[in-house]
Amino acid sequence: MNNLLTARSLMGLTLAFHIIFAAVGVSLPLMMTVAEWRWLKTNDPAYLLLAKRWAKGTAILFAVGAVSGTVLSFELGLLWPRFMEHAGAVIGMPFSLEGFAFFTEAIFLGIYLYGWDRVPGSMHLASGAIVAISGASSAVFVTFANAWMNTPTGFDLVQGRFVNIRPFAAMLSPAAAPEALHMVLAAYTAAGFAAAGIHGWLLLRRGRNRFDEVAIAIALSIGGVAVLAQSVSGDALGRMVGTYQPMKLASLEGQFHTEKGAPLRIGGLPYPDKRETKYALKIPHGLSLLASHRMNSIVEGLDQEPQADWPNVRMVHISFQIMVGCGSLLSVFTLVAAWLAWKRRPLTIHKTFLKTLVLLSPLGFLALEAGWMVTELGRQPWVIYKIMRTSEAVTSTAQLDVTFFALTGVYFVLGITVIWLLSRHVIQSPKQQELEAS
Amino acid sequence: MHAEILLSFAMLSALVLYSLLGGADYGAGFLDLTCSGPRKEQQRAVIARAIQPVWETNHVWLILVVVLMFSGFPAAFSAIGARLPGLLLLVLLGIILRGSAFVFRAYFAGDAQTQLYWGRVFSISSSLTPFFLGIVIGAISNGSEAVNASRPASWLRVAWLQFFPLSVGLLSLSLFAYLAATYLAVEASDRELQDDFRWRALISGGVSVLAAILTYLLAGSSAPGIREGLASSTLSGAAELGAVFAAYFAFRNLILRRYRQARVAAAAQVGLIVIGWAGAQFPYLLRPDLTVFNSAAPANVLWDLLMACGAGGLVLFPSLYLLFRVFKGRRETTSGMEST
Repeated sequence: MNNLLTARSLMGLTLAFHIIFAAVGVSLPLMMTVAEWRWLKTNDPAYLLLAKRWAKGTAILFAVGAVSGTVLSFELGLLWPRFMEHAGAVIGMPFSLEGFAFFTEAIFLGIYLYGWDRVPGSMHLASGAIVAISGASSAVFVTFANAWMNTPTGFDLVQGRFVNIRPFAAMLSPAAAPEALHMVLAAYTAAGFAAAGIHGWLLLRRGRNRFDEVAIAIALSIGGVAVLAQSVSGDALGRMVGTYQPMKLASLEGQFHTEKGAPLRIGGLPYPDKRETKYALKIPHGLSLLASHRMNSIVEGLDQEPQADWPNVRMVHISFQIMVGCGSLLSVFTLVAAWLAWKRRPLTIHKTFLKTLVLLSPLGFLALEAGWMVTELGRQPWVIYKIMRTSEAVTSTAQLDVTFFALTGVYFVLGITVIWLLSRHVIQSPKQQELEAS
Repeated sequence: MHAEILLSFAMLSALVLYSLLGGADYGAGFLDLTCSGPRKEQQRAVIARAIQPVWETNHVWLILVVVLMFSGFPAAFSAIGARLPGLLLLVLLGIILRGSAFVFRAYFAGDAQTQLYWGRVFSISSSLTPFFLGIVIGAISNGSEAVNASRPASWLRVAWLQFFPLSVGLLSLSLFAYLAATYLAVEASDRELQDDFRWRALISGGVSVLAAILTYLLAGSSAPGIREGLASSTLSGAAELGAVFAAYFAFRNLILRRYRQARVAAAAQVGLIVIGWAGAQFPYLLRPDLTVFNSAAPANVLWDLLMACGAGGLVLFPSLYLLFRVFKGRRETTSGMEST
């Protein structure tokens, strides 16, 4: 493999791994805090047990997320030295602020996990809330850095060098707010549905019980609200991409030709050499409507750029379809669940409801990974959009594949172990005495 | 005041705190490897209980050093990445394995054999990581061909495998083990356990003194810049002199079983050694060519970063105080004693 491909694969692998743990680190603390708050309100031991179970999950996943995040911060220099050399000063601000947010998260997680009988109840609950807030802030800051790579601002480019750098302007680039909101909501969606699905599966296995029912209520409320909000945030992000990265929008929609009143394509397979997207369900004027909220606006196609500068249109388009498809299914499911709940029917007595929940529950994480593929692959061949190519940023160090295989092997073992541990801890049936003791 | 100097001072503070806190966590992991005798399980329990609530927080100091470096001194950061890739990979593998193996052991719910195996992974990676981190410090200090920019870099190149960096690695490991053993003597519940850690503190402290002398001697031929800096920089001179006094008090208090005083003195000793090194290394980040001046980001960026550090510190330090008060306060360690 050449260095560019190896470095991209390695960065992709470590990010794909880290994003799962980071997303859980954002959302599970919120869920455990809500559970503890319900316990303090109702005195129902099922909530306390749930808070403790989810706290254990957070402890395992946060630790792995913390170390895999450290790997990423080093990889920026190890794999992309030219990028860091030029851009480090511009995007250092969100990373530095993220450092402090991460500090806060780690400190209060320590207090939450090991301080049950060392701090007063209200302070314990507050610690959980601080973990949830600082976890979300960490995600926001890191996404700000990624947003800058998509819509670089806050500097002047003079003879290939960044001068007159304005770190705060760079941090708040046009993509910053919509991308960060989309990321945080994606984290809540992914972990909310995954947790609801796990408890749905347990409920089917061991019959109706309070523990799994309250777990589903909390997890599904968080995941459901997030996925419905996601449609609004996705719309804002889509229009931002249309304005600042029209070629990215064209490739994620499979739009090869510049067109007035462009259709929205659902599904389909792009054929870059033939410059067309086949087999798609077309909704007339749909893309123009989405991109600018006008029926007949002009949408730029990939024909505005030489083909050598296109991203992998097929991969980007398919990833985008997967993300939107998963999000739509989860939204429909949420609306049905909300309607059933509004009709005052206990959701969990419906076997079909539970089975559907279990079936759909991994889609949040699938959408998260697919969405991340969309934003990263869709930006190629640029590492800093229209300013620096990924091939210019990569390291020239020899034997990069050694590193690739070493880290891949380690991450593989870690992944398996984490899944095994979680299956032992979170899934385990609550023992009667445990419920009584708590 | 130059922003470059202020920011490098912030990085040095983070590095000192990382050594005193994160370093002690590594040291405790190394001591886990040495647990033996009739109180083996109790020793392990003291170690696990001591680091469990704080190790992730302590680890963030390293992340802070890294992000401040790549934001404030990007040219030096990318040069270190480009010139020492294989070594940094070893550090990273150590960091991944230490952290994950520690939680895997703590939350393990299977057979005892596998749990022991994760414990072994934890303690071995805890020992290797500070050793490699020390080698990084040695390699960026000696300015020899280990970090020569003109040579083509390779992940498999081990030019850092020289006596000077290796002796700095040994120095780091022994200092961290010494710190950890001194801290653990305070946190241990009874006299016998305290003595177990007291012995380990005295032995590792002794090794660290030998490693320090060895490093100083090797610096004469391998790292003349550092040797010269130690002699000429007032800060370095004062810090190293202070470290000698602190070491004397630490040993004296360890022998007299006055563990709280020993803990303060040992921490002062290690902190002063790091400060002494930094004084001798200044203004270099990566010898022989990259300094805090020629690799710095523009001044306005540095000032903004300093402002962010100030604002972050306002949140960070009260939170840290709370964390250590809850888990390491006088009342807590004594009541922990009674309950076990």
